[in-house]
Parts: sequence; C-alpha cells; structure tokens
Amino acid sequence: MTNRETDEATGVETTGHEWDGIKELDNPMPRWWLWTFYACIVWALGYAIAYPSLPFVSGAPKGVLGYSSRANLHADIADANAEQADLLQKIETLPLAAIRNDANTFQFAVSGGRAAFAVNCSQCHGSGAQGSPGYPNLNDDVWLWGGSLDEIHTTLKHGIRFQQDDDTRFSLMPAFGTDGLLSRPQIIDTSHFVRKLGGLEHDTEAAERGAPLYEENCAVCHKSNGVGDRKQGAPSLTDAISHYGDGLNAIAAQISRPRHGVMPGWKDRLDPATLKQLAIYVHSLGGGE
Amino acid sequence: MTGVGWNSLLGIGILIGLVAAGRGHDAVFQTHGWVVLILCGIGFAYRLTRDTSSRTADDEVYFDGVVRAGVIATIFWGMAGFLAGAAIASQLAFPVLNFGSEYLSFGRLRPLHTSAVIFAFGGNALIATSFYVVQRTCRARLALGGLGWFVFWGYQLFIVLAATGYLLGVTQSKEYAEPEWYVDLWLTIVWVAYLLVFMGTLLKRKEPHIYVANWFYLAFIVTVAMLHIVNNLSMPVSFLGSKSYSLFAGVQDALTQWWYGHNAVGFFLTAGFLGMMYYFVPKQANRPVYSYRLSIVHFWSLIFLYIWAGPHHLHYTALPDWAQTLGMVFSIMLWMPSWGGMINGLMTLSGAWDKLRTDPIIRMMVIAIAFYGMSTFEGPMMSIKAVNGLSHYTDWTIGHVHSGALGWVGMITFGAIYFLVPKLWNRSAMYSARLISWHVWLATIGIVIYAAVMWVSGVMQGLMWREYDENGFLVYSFAETVAAMHPFYVIRTVGGLVYIAGACLMVYNVWRTILPPAHARAALHIQQPA
Repeated sequence: MTNRETDEATGVETTGHEWDGIKELDNPMPRWWLWTFYACIVWALGYAIAYPSLPFVSGAPKGVLGYSSRANLHADIADANAEQADLLQKIETLPLAAIRNDANTFQFAVSGGRAAFAVNCSQCHGSGAQGSPGYPNLNDDVWLWGGSLDEIHTTLKHGIRFQQDDDTRFSLMPAFGTDGLLSRPQIIDTSHFVRKLGGLEHDTEAAERGAPLYEENCAVCHKSNGVGDRKQGAPSLTDAISHYGDGLNAIAAQISRPRHGVMPGWKDRLDPATLKQLAIYVHSLGGGE
Repeated sequence: MTGVGWNSLLGIGILIGLVAAGRGHDAVFQTHGWVVLILCGIGFAYRLTRDTSSRTADDEVYFDGVVRAGVIATIFWGMAGFLAGAAIASQLAFPVLNFGSEYLSFGRLRPLHTSAVIFAFGGNALIATSFYVVQRTCRARLALGGLGWFVFWGYQLFIVLAATGYLLGVTQSKEYAEPEWYVDLWLTIVWVAYLLVFMGTLLKRKEPHIYVANWFYLAFIVTVAMLHIVNNLSMPVSFLGSKSYSLFAGVQDALTQWWYGHNAVGFFLTAGFLGMMYYFVPKQANRPVYSYRLSIVHFWSLIFLYIWAGPHHLHYTALPDWAQTLGMVFSIMLWMPSWGGMINGLMTLSGAWDKLRTDPIIRMMVIAIAFYGMSTFEGPMMSIKAVNGLSHYTDWTIGHVHSGALGWVGMITFGAIYFLVPKLWNRSAMYSARLISWHVWLATIGIVIYAAVMWVSGVMQGLMWREYDENGFLVYSFAETVAAMHPFYVIRTVGGLVYIAGACLMVYNVWRTILPPAHARAALHIQQPA
C-alpha cells in the first residue's frame, strides 16, 4: 500500500484505504475480545458434545450426558406426583370430616383447594372468593344451598341449575311480573314489604299492602319471616346480603323477572381428590358450618 | 426508470387495483384493490400535472432526492410506530382503551406497532441511509436511474397495504411476517429492485475497495430477501382473495418462522444498522475506523453465526433437543461477533472523546452503541436454556427487544438523521443543538425507565408462574400474575411517552432546519455555498 499513513492522535498506522474521507486504522483485534470469542467457541463445542446436537437420519444421539428434555419433564412430573401421592390417596379415601380433623391432610387439602380455586373458580367468585354481584361471596356465613362440608361438596360436584347434570341443585322463582301473576303496583308493594323484612327504609302503607301478597306468593319458599330455605336455594331476605341489589327497583325487577345464578358441576372435569380439596378449602374460608 | 416506464407502471397498478376492487372475493381484498387504485391514480395525476422545467437532478453528482424522501418517511413512520406503541402499552394497562372495537383492539394494533417501527421506520431508515452511503463510499451515482424512486414508493405502498391489512384483520399469523401473500409478493418485487440498485451502484464504484458499511448493508438486503421469501411460502386460496395457507405446518412451521424472526433481528436490526453505524460514526466523529481487521472478522463471524441461532426462540417446545442445543450454542458464540461492532464503534472515538461533551449527535450515537452492546449481551444470555426457562414468554423479552429497538435502532437512526438533514437540505447545521441534547436525554431516560420496569415485571412474572407452595401446588393463577403487572404497565407507558417526547423535539428540529421562517430563509441562502 502506498498511501498508508500514521494517525496523529493514536500513533497507529492506517490501512491506506479511504472512502468519502473515512480511513481505517490497522489496529489488531483486542486480545480480550479474541480470547473470549475462542472461549465461547470451545464452550459451545463442549456443550454440543455433552448434549444432543447432531441430527442423524435415524434420530439424534443424546450426547454424552444422555440428556432429553422430554424425559426430564416426565421425571419431574413423576417426582412431583410421588411426593403428593400419599396425601392425595388419603384425601380420596377418607370422608370429608376425617380430612378436616387430620392437621396434615387438612393443611394439604386447603393448599390444593386454593390452587384449584385460583384456576377454576376465581373467574366468577374472585381471587379472594369475595364474589361480585350475582356471584356469592364464599367468605361469609351466608349460604344459599348449605355451608356444611358435604353440602359444599355436593354443590361443587353437581353445580347449580347446571343442565348437563340431572342431580344438579335446582329451583326457579316464578316471573311474577312478566308472567302476569302480580300487577305492577302489587309488585311495588311486595318490594316494600321485602325491604321491611330486611330492616331497610320502606313505605309503611305500601309494606302493609304487600304483606298479604308476600304471604300468599313468596312465603312458601322464603318463609313467612323471610329467613329463606336452603333446600330450595331460596335466599334469606332478612340479612344484609343481596345478590342482585336491595334497592326498591332492584327488588321489583327480581320479583317481576327473576335472574337465576348458574354454576357448572365439576365432577366430570375435576378428579375426586381435587373436588374434596375444593370443598375443604371453601369450607375453611370462614363461613363453613 | 424513464417517464414512459413510470406511466405504464402506474397504469398497470390502476388496472390491478380495479380488478381487485371489483372482483375480489372478500372485503379486505377489495379494500386493498381500492387502496392500490387510489394511490396509483394519485401518482398518475401527479405525473400528468407536475412541472418538469426545474429538474436539476441529472446535473448533480448524487441521486439525493430519494434519500430526502426517505428521511422524511423515516421520521413520519417513526412517529406513527411510536404512537401505536404508546397506544397498545396503554391498552395493556387499561383494557378499556380497546373501546370495544375490533379495529382498535390490541390484537390488531400490536402488529401495526411492530411493523411500523421495524419495517416502516427501520426499513425506510435503512433504505435512505444505504442509498446515501453507497453513493458516497463508491463515488458513484445510484445505479439504474429512477429505479431508486420505485424502491421508495413501492416500499411505501407495501407499508400502507400491510398497515391497513392489520386494521382490517388480515394476518397469516406469523410474527413480523403478518401480511398476506399478495403483499408479500409485492414486497419481493420491491426488494429485488432494491438489491439491483444497491448492487449496481457497488459494481460501478470508482473506489478500489468496498467500504465495510456496504458489506453490512448488502448482507442485510440479500439475507432479508431470502428470509422473506422462504418464510412466506404459501398457497393462496384464490388469486382474488386475501387468504392463504403456509407451506409449512407444525414444528417445521415454528422453526421456519423463528429462523425468519430471529434473523429479521439479526440482519434487519443488527447488520443493517451496523452498516449505518460504520458510516455515520466515523463521519460525525471525523476519526478513522478503529480496526479494519476487527471489522472483517466480526462481519464474517456475525453473518455466519447469526443465521443458526433462531431455534433459541423455541426452547422447551416440541422442537427436537438437538435443534435447541444448536440454537443455544450458536447464540453464545454470537456474543463476541456482535460486540466487535460495539468495539469498533466506540473505539473509533479514541482521540475524539472530548466530542462527547460538545457534540450531542456523537452523544446520541455513543448511547446507541452502548445499548447495542447491552442488548447483544442480554440476547445470548437469554438464549441459555436455564435463563430462558425463566425469561421466555415474560415481559423480560419485551424489555430486551425495546432496549435494542429504542436504544440501538432508534438512537443510531436519530444520529444519522441529525447528520443527514443539514447535508441533504444544504444547511450549515441543525436548527438547534440544544434540542438535540434534550432529545438525547429524554430518549435515554425513556428507555431506561422502559427497560428497567420490564425487567422487574418480567422476572416477577416468571417467578410467579413457577411458584409452588410447600405442598407442591401452584401459588398463583394467571389472572393474579396479570394483576400484579399493572403498575409496571403504567410506568412502562410513561417511559414510552418520555421517549416519544424526545422524538417530537426531533420532528420540530428537522422541520425548522428544512423550512426556516421566511425572514431567516433569505439570510440562509447567503450563508450557504451552492
């Protein structure tokens, strides 16, 4: 090269090329860079010998370590299952009450129930089982269909108004308004009486007119004193909890054209041990009976 | 390309548009027919009515009109892409911002954002700068006459068809390759024209050697052509309909897709922008490139190793173990070849480090190179299977991509724009150096907020997914991990907006440089030599 020159700032020779004023210094590659590059290549070769890396026609050799990600996964799952096997076996065979009374099994069941709840139940009942309008809160001691271990377990297995299961919990409240069983003023009067049962502000005269209507149409399920009936899933009207609102209009709407909650039955989707764990978990949330 | 050539091309475009609009088998294909028809019609009308008396392009040494248009397009699509990003980041934090409309849903806006930033912003930046650089470093006018304009306008048409397609719900469900078969075919034609123009210019060069920037640009153009064609091989259901089926299925499809996807990063966002760095950094610093030998070795090792690293996107999937191993070891070997570019970029400043204090454009470029170094370390690290087991599918990946895209690609492009605009529009300097300085800081702060927040959020997400309690049950539901990320999503959006604020300063600065107020314009012409 004829036009090699020395760069003043660094004292390094240029290569003698120039493009649009850009020259190149003839610096060697930095040693640390080169040696790290070599080290990476050596490591890569070593790793490729240790692990599967060669595709042959009849299949890939497993490498010196005999590694297989699929085999590792199956082994991991088998280990995890083995660790849980004893307690899961216990849960499957023992009655719910016995699980409840065995500290170890109980703690395991609550843990498993909480995990299953997060995946399958939290969508409607909320991550903390706190519920939302139309979906019951499971932390309190108010139950529509019963709060004992067995009652919760039955609800979990068969669901509520779940058409695919003949044993599902079922009840329907008549549509008093849309089916013409009560007139609009009668529904308003009955709503005032329902608010009176709940200890809420109401029109006394209207509630008085509503009392006989309630007795005639509602008491058979919700009972004369409004405490409800768990056998039919008829909610209590006396407590502070209401699924679809406790305003006058909300109550009137519910009497006129009731909404009904639906919960799927889980017996065909979850295994028996998981269903039992869920029952134990929901029961343990605070309102279990 | 001659005037007759342009007129016939636009005429053919109008005909094709007419057929597609009238006979298309689905609404999207018809709409795209209308888009082609209207755009070609506008082009035709422009050609019939324009004033040709002031054409001086042939007298100039270099063909810079297309570079000027490319710089404007880069800025325009950049802003569009950044804003789309801010929109979808906000949607992740506040889903109500989907407005219940399919046209504004995250699923359609997300490819709009990624394609706008990578292909519209990045692609225009690469085409414009490569046309500028290849002419200067070859001392030759752009080859094949007006074909450069065809590349530019053809590429804009591709962008418009892709973007409108996303909004209308067209996708072939391949990440970064969402446009359907007819848009892919069009891009292939444009890309081949691009290759011809670039190669032609190299062939008629008046320099004995080809400058390193052009190696990288050429590698980018050739490899992207190969990636684009292979990954998009598909059979259209009808030649008048928008739907097609990929030639590949199952794990072969996944591997082809990530061979494409990874090398889109490697050759579009790395090799292409290294070409940009190799010209604009030495020019702006007015220093020789640090090491010729390093540039040769790191170029060839980068090109050879990058192409095999794609399988690291498919760790712990149905992909055979041997392919996963190769994807990982090639990614590790890629670390130093990537860093070769960083060393050559940074060390080119030796003897000129003081310019960091005085020249905000150099500062912009140095921060870009620093982010390049950081993300090309992070990439190989994330390809290690043990790390990938935690990081994959989490926000960590998003953070990694954005430190590369906002930091490296964005900032090296901003640096190139600040270098080019005064030269292309014959000004002595940018309108305001202070605004450039502000842009540097806003962009840097924006990226740091964005990337740091995504690291925290991604690691948290990965740890929550794999959290088991002492009894061997999963602790968190998926919805709980999403809820936990909400604050990070909000802060990430803020980081993005800070970055956009910096880009807005650039738009204003470029605007004022190109179109100064009338009273300043007269003075400007006196100062400027012709």
